Amino acid sequence: MHAYANPARFLKIARPLTPVCVSLGLLLVLLGSYVGLFVSPPDYLQGDTVRIMYIHVPAAWLGMAGWTGIAIASIVQLVWRHPLAGVAARAIAAPGALFTAICLITGSIWGRPTWGTWWEWDGRMTSMLVLLFLYFGYMALANASDERTTVSRATAIFGIVGAVNIPIINRSVVWWNSLHQGPSITLRGSSISSEILWPLLPTVVGFSLLFGGIVLMRMRANLADAKVEARMRRMAAS
Amino acid sequence: MNHWSFIIAAYGLTALGTVGVVVWSYMDMRRAEKAVADLEKRR
Repeated sequence: MHAYANPARFLKIARPLTPVCVSLGLLLVLLGSYVGLFVSPPDYLQGDTVRIMYIHVPAAWLGMAGWTGIAIASIVQLVWRHPLAGVAARAIAAPGALFTAICLITGSIWGRPTWGTWWEWDGRMTSMLVLLFLYFGYMALANASDERTTVSRATAIFGIVGAVNIPIINRSVVWWNSLHQGPSITLRGSSISSEILWPLLPTVVGFSLLFGGIVLMRMRANLADAKVEARMRRMAAS
Repeated sequence: MNHWSFIIAAYGLTALGTVGVVVWSYMDMRRAEKAVADLEKRR
């Protein structure tokens, strides 16, 4: 892990990887969305609204994966003092918040024709809304410091403590009665018909690659800003 | 109830948000890396 502790070595990998992640991600998202919208059949119960699943599920996965990434980066920063961990955690926060918001909005739009309501204060929706507020809090804490290449100790601890919400979101439909359906994709298989399920794979992989591309771009921007600030400080001192 | 208006709204908002953050991150990265390049040219 410390082999990539050097920002120059990281940038050598990140520069060619960024356009690959963004372009391949966009391609897969477009392909999966096209198949999901126009090729896959409607659900026998929900009708055409099931097509919202192809964007709602990747958004939910990335909202939760994003915070898991922040928690891991925070541990790495606190325990091993890896110089890129803070940069990574900072870079994950904005796309993580975006996909959490997309999950909530598309879920609400899906809920209206399916459940007859835009919103219900049940375990799944409320814990997802809490995740969005956690992202806002994390971004506010991280931006409170001028330091671009790390986050404060308090921000890192907040990132770790906030991770308690991730298993709550995951298990909420099992622990509490909910309008939201139970887990339909588990390690034991899926309760969704394969002809409806398969376009989910390109959209999940595509949005994940896009997420990776966004994180790399934001890490590169933070590292460049920090380099300029350090040089300016040195020039002012000399 | 026409389901397609809900589907179009969901996909439209997702496209808007995703493209918005990709473009914002790209412009921010270009601005920051250009600042580094300009500074190195000045040396």
